[in-house]
Amino acid sequence: MEISVTVNGTAHSHDVEPRTLLVHYIREQVGLTGTNIGCDTSSCGACTIHLDGQSVKSCTVLAVQADGADITTIEGLATDGELHPMQQAFMENHGLQCGYCTPGMVMAAIGLLDENPSPTEQEVRIGLEGNLCRCTGYHNIVKAVLAAASA
Amino acid sequence: MTVTDSPTTTGGVLGQRLLRKEDPALLTGEAKFTADLAIPGALHLALVRSPHAHANITSIDTSAAAAMPGVVAVYTGADLMDAWGAPMPCAWPVTEDMKNPPHYPLATESAKYVGDGVAAVLATNDTAARDAVEAVDVTWEPLEAVVDLEDSLADRVVIHPDLGTNRSYTWDLKVEAEEGAVDRAFADAAFTVSERYVQQRLIPMAMEPRAVAAVPQPFGGDITLYSATQIPHILKVMSALTLGIPEHQVRVVAPAVGGGFGSKLNVYAEELLCMALARKHAVPVRWNETRSENAQATIQGRGQIQHIELAADADGKVVAMRVRLLADMGAYLQLVAPGIPLLGAFLYAGVYDLPQAYDFSCTAVFTTLTPTDAYRGAGRPEATYAIERAMDALAAEIGVDPLELRRRNYIQADAYPYTAFTGLVYDSANHPQGADIAADLADYAGVRQRQTSQNVNGATKRLGIGVSSYFEMCGLAPSRVLASLAYSAGGWEAATVRVLPTSKVQVVTGSTPHGQGHETAWSMIVAHKLGVSPDDVDVLHSDTAISPLGMDTYGSRSLPVGGVAVAMACDKVIDKAAQIAAHQLEADVADLDFAGGAFTVKGSPDRSMPLAAIAFEAFTAHNLPDGLEPNLEAQVSYDPPNFSWPFGTHMCVVEVDVETGDVEVLKYVAVDDCGVQVNPLIVEGQVHGGVIQGLAQALYEEAVYDSEGNLKTSTLAEYMVPAASDVPPVTMGHSVTPSPTNSLGVKGVGEAGTIGAAPAVINAIVDALSGLGVRDVPMPASPFTVWKVINEARAGGSSDATDAAGTEVGDHEGVTARTTVGGGGDESTANEENGSTS
Repeated sequence: MEISVTVNGTAHSHDVEPRTLLVHYIREQVGLTGTNIGCDTSSCGACTIHLDGQSVKSCTVLAVQADGADITTIEGLATDGELHPMQQAFMENHGLQCGYCTPGMVMAAIGLLDENPSPTEQEVRIGLEGNLCRCTGYHNIVKAVLAAASA
Repeated sequence: MTVTDSPTTTGGVLGQRLLRKEDPALLTGEAKFTADLAIPGALHLALVRSPHAHANITSIDTSAAAAMPGVVAVYTGADLMDAWGAPMPCAWPVTEDMKNPPHYPLATESAKYVGDGVAAVLATNDTAARDAVEAVDVTWEPLEAVVDLEDSLADRVVIHPDLGTNRSYTWDLKVEAEEGAVDRAFADAAFTVSERYVQQRLIPMAMEPRAVAAVPQPFGGDITLYSATQIPHILKVMSALTLGIPEHQVRVVAPAVGGGFGSKLNVYAEELLCMALARKHAVPVRWNETRSENAQATIQGRGQIQHIELAADADGKVVAMRVRLLADMGAYLQLVAPGIPLLGAFLYAGVYDLPQAYDFSCTAVFTTLTPTDAYRGAGRPEATYAIERAMDALAAEIGVDPLELRRRNYIQADAYPYTAFTGLVYDSANHPQGADIAADLADYAGVRQRQTSQNVNGATKRLGIGVSSYFEMCGLAPSRVLASLAYSAGGWEAATVRVLPTSKVQVVTGSTPHGQGHETAWSMIVAHKLGVSPDDVDVLHSDTAISPLGMDTYGSRSLPVGGVAVAMACDKVIDKAAQIAAHQLEADVADLDFAGGAFTVKGSPDRSMPLAAIAFEAFTAHNLPDGLEPNLEAQVSYDPPNFSWPFGTHMCVVEVDVETGDVEVLKYVAVDDCGVQVNPLIVEGQVHGGVIQGLAQALYEEAVYDSEGNLKTSTLAEYMVPAASDVPPVTMGHSVTPSPTNSLGVKGVGEAGTIGAAPAVINAIVDALSGLGVRDVPMPASPFTVWKVINEARAGGSSDATDAAGTEVGDHEGVTARTTVGGGGDESTANEENGSTS
């Protein structure tokens, strides 16, 4: 099936298999590999992107469902060599180690603040429960999101 | 010559909270993990895996699969036997008579665990390969599974018939001042405890599943292996041996690696299959692991039954110890699996002053489960758990406060360097100080006071505090010590430091980062030594063509071995630069000072030459001393003289709901001492993550198998890696006790948190419930398990771990709903800088 999407401001049209997941489409056909795959049960959140402004796990969406959508991936956040404030907050608070969960975590964190610009620590923890990290124990991720919220 | 490092206290780079160089690439999606690599023309590998824990392969019909669209070839194990020069390696034959069944990348006659590979499909894309896997028709003759360690030991069903037994080895360590010392000590003891603990199997679950790509150069014979591995250097040697390829034709690259925790410290079937099939087909072959495969076919950790007995005198001083371990190797021996429980053999006495009265024995057995191997801490969390739980049991037996009992037994600060009962020398520590800091941060006395009013008859929510003091025993390792343990490799690390003509610095390291921040830390060490900016240092790693020498990253060895090697290479660079400076300044080397990146003639501050100028002189070679080679670089291979011995005390405060079994962690305090901290930001990150992994073993995680050997927790929906909402913040404290065994005074820190955490959490839960007669709670302490233990105790029965955990690997409630813990986050986060006594 033919689909057309805008990814990070650039229009793309591709023929996709109906069963293709959006994450596979983004990685393999659009060629943006910053969106990672960490599981096969929609549990880990590593593939979180923004679909028409909403943060979603791109493994829970079929590529054909995204036809006509405006997509932002981790590659679309930094502009003119400047990190997005959430990326900057993650760096300043050491909110990443191996970095594999990080693209999804950053996208989810931005989505969280879009919905709740001044969350408490507990609201951040609950808001990010769909995104797993094995390195940081979440301590500095939570700090980073709180720092971004108060910036 | 007098060399002054850049100061460590004020103004110097060492000890600064420098932000990581690694981060921008990882934060923007620019970093390339193995699965991200674009490799034109690559075929995709998918494996047919056994659905049975134990079954004979009657026949395999590959014809339907081979005819499917996109499929290039389908191979059975028998088809590929001629591709292997040797079975897959086990590098740690711990005893001369250790039983080690041949283990090939694909099984040929029978499968030994669910997930064991039996056929390989090659197709033009991943989807086609996986579709074809479904069409491979294997006829099985199911055999009985062996899922229980004590059942395995009985040899009721022998898994590898050619071995005649399920016992792989028995390894003993008996240390007695004089013969019979242990038995006499137990006979004469004022107090004894005898405890049994179960270390449940854990799944490492690095967020990046494994991924492999083998790219051949058909006409030259060379092959490059890209792999999500912690050990490119070891993998190069091992893959060359296993495939019978000359080692100089193998290059191994570890691109960005998304965590390992020991699970990528191995030589895996899929790596060897990609290499063999890439050579056979003369095209690149790649494989990306799914999470379910990761759960089944990547190594698991822990898996031990521990018996520990302590004998103590009237003051509670521990005078003798017996330890009996039964360790689960799984279906085959992976790379270093046999040695993992034995790494703990030296740590069962923990941080305590045990005399020479120690009797340890470990028996390792096969099961029809996924092979085990190193998982964060690797033997040391298990040992620490046993001694720290047993110390609480002893405290209860004596009727003394657990922290007070520890204080009576700690090796005292003035005893360091301390020669332990095993002969190992512990480099430096101050346990009472760490305990004081932790007790202060956790308000130990306050919690004890609150307990008297809160934990009364009829109380629903009971308060508990748990203590755990630990040694990390890391920085693997002096090669001669490894030799004495029959380990098949050394414990050194290599580093090259190269000052480029424009005075920028290249570091080549044999350490292999996968999240730890080596590029930042190594740059700081070079800046500290050479007086350059960390921004002017580039760190090259993880590619055997660039970094040909190395022993890689595991066992918290990078900084105390690899980082020290970098510092030593800097020293050699300074020595060489001094010869050039002396020559050009017409001075004697002995009359030079080196500080802040420049040489100065003593007493003549105007006669000076910066390192940058010397680098350019080395490049032009126009005016060098006679016989001096024209470069400014140095290489070091450093074999550490000792392990490094980080230590600390953790405390956990919990509230347990006795009606639901729910455990709420009110506060978690980690006081760690890893010697001199190169970058406290990175140190804290390592402890945070380590603590939560240890806490996850205590509360949430278990690889649950049914009685037929099926893994019931093979996805992240079932295996409970905690989320942010499941865990508390970590209140950090630290002390700094430099290591005397290296010039930087550093120790490792990667496993400390994991080693300290699990016993602190369980001790807290048992403490909360002690008034109800509870003596032990098995891991993971899910609400159901805690509830069951409470009810058994109330019914007047024993509440020992043996009853609750049993020896059944099968259907117990390891995974239940996520427990909400946390709370108190505001104060903990704010407190994180507290407690420093450096």
